[in-house]
Amino acid sequence: MSITEFEIQAQSVGAADIAPGPIEGRSQWRLTWSRLRRDKMAVASIIVIIVIAILAILAPLFASLTGHGQAQVFPNTGLSASGGPEPPGTHGFLLGTDELGRDLFVRILYGARISLFVGLSTTAIATVAGVTIGLITGFFGGLVDAVLARFIDTVLAFPFVVLALSLAVVFGPSLTIVVAVISFFSWAGISRVVRGQALSIKEKEYIEAARSLGASPWRIMFVDMLPNLMAPVLVLATLSIPAAIVFEATLSYLGLGIQPPVASWGNILSDAQSYYQIAWWYLVFPAAALLITTLAFNLLGDGVRDALDPRTERVFAAGRRRKRILTRTPADLVEMLATDTEEG
Amino acid sequence: MAMTRFLIRRILSGIVVLWIVTTSAFFLFFARNPQIVARALAGRAATSAILAEVTRNLGLNQPILVQYWQFLYRIVHGNFGKSYYNGGIPVSSILARDLPRTASVVVGGVVLWLVVGISVGIISATRARSVFDRVSTVGVLAGISMPTFVLGELLLLFIYVPLNQHGFTWINTGYAGLSQGIGPWAGDMILPWITLATVQAAVYTRLTRGTLIDTLGEDYIRTARSKGLTERRVVYRHAVRAAMTPVVSQLGIDIGALLGGVVVVENVFGISGLGQDAIGAVSNGDLPTIIAFVLLASVFVVVANIIVDMLYAVLDPRVRIT
Repeated sequence: MSITEFEIQAQSVGAADIAPGPIEGRSQWRLTWSRLRRDKMAVASIIVIIVIAILAILAPLFASLTGHGQAQVFPNTGLSASGGPEPPGTHGFLLGTDELGRDLFVRILYGARISLFVGLSTTAIATVAGVTIGLITGFFGGLVDAVLARFIDTVLAFPFVVLALSLAVVFGPSLTIVVAVISFFSWAGISRVVRGQALSIKEKEYIEAARSLGASPWRIMFVDMLPNLMAPVLVLATLSIPAAIVFEATLSYLGLGIQPPVASWGNILSDAQSYYQIAWWYLVFPAAALLITTLAFNLLGDGVRDALDPRTERVFAAGRRRKRILTRTPADLVEMLATDTEEG
Repeated sequence: MAMTRFLIRRILSGIVVLWIVTTSAFFLFFARNPQIVARALAGRAATSAILAEVTRNLGLNQPILVQYWQFLYRIVHGNFGKSYYNGGIPVSSILARDLPRTASVVVGGVVLWLVVGISVGIISATRARSVFDRVSTVGVLAGISMPTFVLGELLLLFIYVPLNQHGFTWINTGYAGLSQGIGPWAGDMILPWITLATVQAAVYTRLTRGTLIDTLGEDYIRTARSKGLTERRVVYRHAVRAAMTPVVSQLGIDIGALLGGVVVVENVFGISGLGQDAIGAVSNGDLPTIIAFVLLASVFVVVANIIVDMLYAVLDPRVRIT
């Protein structure tokens, strides 16, 4: 790249960044945060998530306030004359009871603790593992890629229900098994996406430039490629929280996850399936709790993605585009036009 | 040439994957005490002589490596053995009974999923910010946030129950075979299809829309437009083709999850297909049946993944087949 091109770039970036008042360097993450704060849906979902988290943390408080433990049965007040679940609002049961006369409201709050814990812990494990493995396989290729890619295939090919069931039978179903199974299946998905991204990024000109400057493979991977992967990774991580919550609920629904009498949204909904014809609340309230939570996390994930994608800001888009055209050589343009004509 | 080499390599590595999967399933099962299986079969009141005989009949008394070798030998010869339960019928007849049920759910669900997902995504992307786009974006969010079993239960509560109360009984649960006519069959399948397809379709709508909007902003699209191509040609020949790459890549990931979805759907709607029987087999410790299910599921996933990788190379010439 010639000196004049550098100057032109510097001018174009400078012109785009002029702002009134003292000029302050803003990192990409601060820009992202300020964009996120302006996104009403994202802010609303953050508030919803905080409220759910507070309710989950305070679940024992609600249990002692109502006097209803999560596994405590109330055969006298909690069941109707015919022995079925009581509708919402009767005998101090805010959201009604289940078929054993347990307080549905308290059980849903305890279920939230499980869901949030599983969502956050598995996402942390899966992201770290997925990014590291995806980067290594995508970048090195060759034997490392072949071996690890087959391993990823194996993981994805192994039907999760069979693994979950076998582990549940061997070790007994538990929260630990749930976290292990979900993490085990989540990292493979993340690392596949990261590998795909890494495959295309490593063919880019700036990686070629880094290579020709003598950068080591690890430097290229974690200094040059990782920052360019951070946006999709952060979005994937945010979106893997609701996915893990759904996964846990599904495992518990199939009887492979959290075991009764401990409440989880999945096992509540599994029991509710036998009673939906006579007790709609038994099905609708836990389903609503689950949907509100996953919806909030998904909306937050969308907000994070929009905030991270600089193309949503016009100033940035202009800067990028100009730069890209400048770094293209005339030969590239000729080639581009040629291939285009062939296709058209 | 490159394609043939690619296929041979992938089939060979596919066989390795299948071997790893079946072997893990075999040893995972034997991490349990195999005596438990014999005891369950022999009954609670069995004497130790009966127990020993059951164990011998099942070959459970032999060293595990011998059992493993015999097992591999049988599998390679296409013999899945007999079920420990169900009156000892051959596993292949269980598969033959279940396969049409599960295939009915999967094929209809997948067609609905891809057709709805990709076409809604393309319309949304080409009419970004229109009313259609906004409505579909909200629908996508709801669909993505919805666990499959919750959707199934809600469909039962809000569609199946009211319709049946008003005497509209075409939509039903369970499984009516195709032999009873296409009407009853489709009536039983419609809710499972919607349930299986909705969550996945939402993911594909979002993915197609996102990548297509990105692609439509590329320079070569401007080039194509400036050459005077019709918008239709620009979108379908130039943009959609490039935008399908991540969609196809996601397809590879979702095939494993699809099987989980099928198990859930069968559970919600009371269809005793492969998924239901697999869960039953694992909780009973019915080893021959488990292995057959695992192998069948893995063959499906491996083959589907090879197809996905080939599609990948066809769609994006920059990806080199290796």
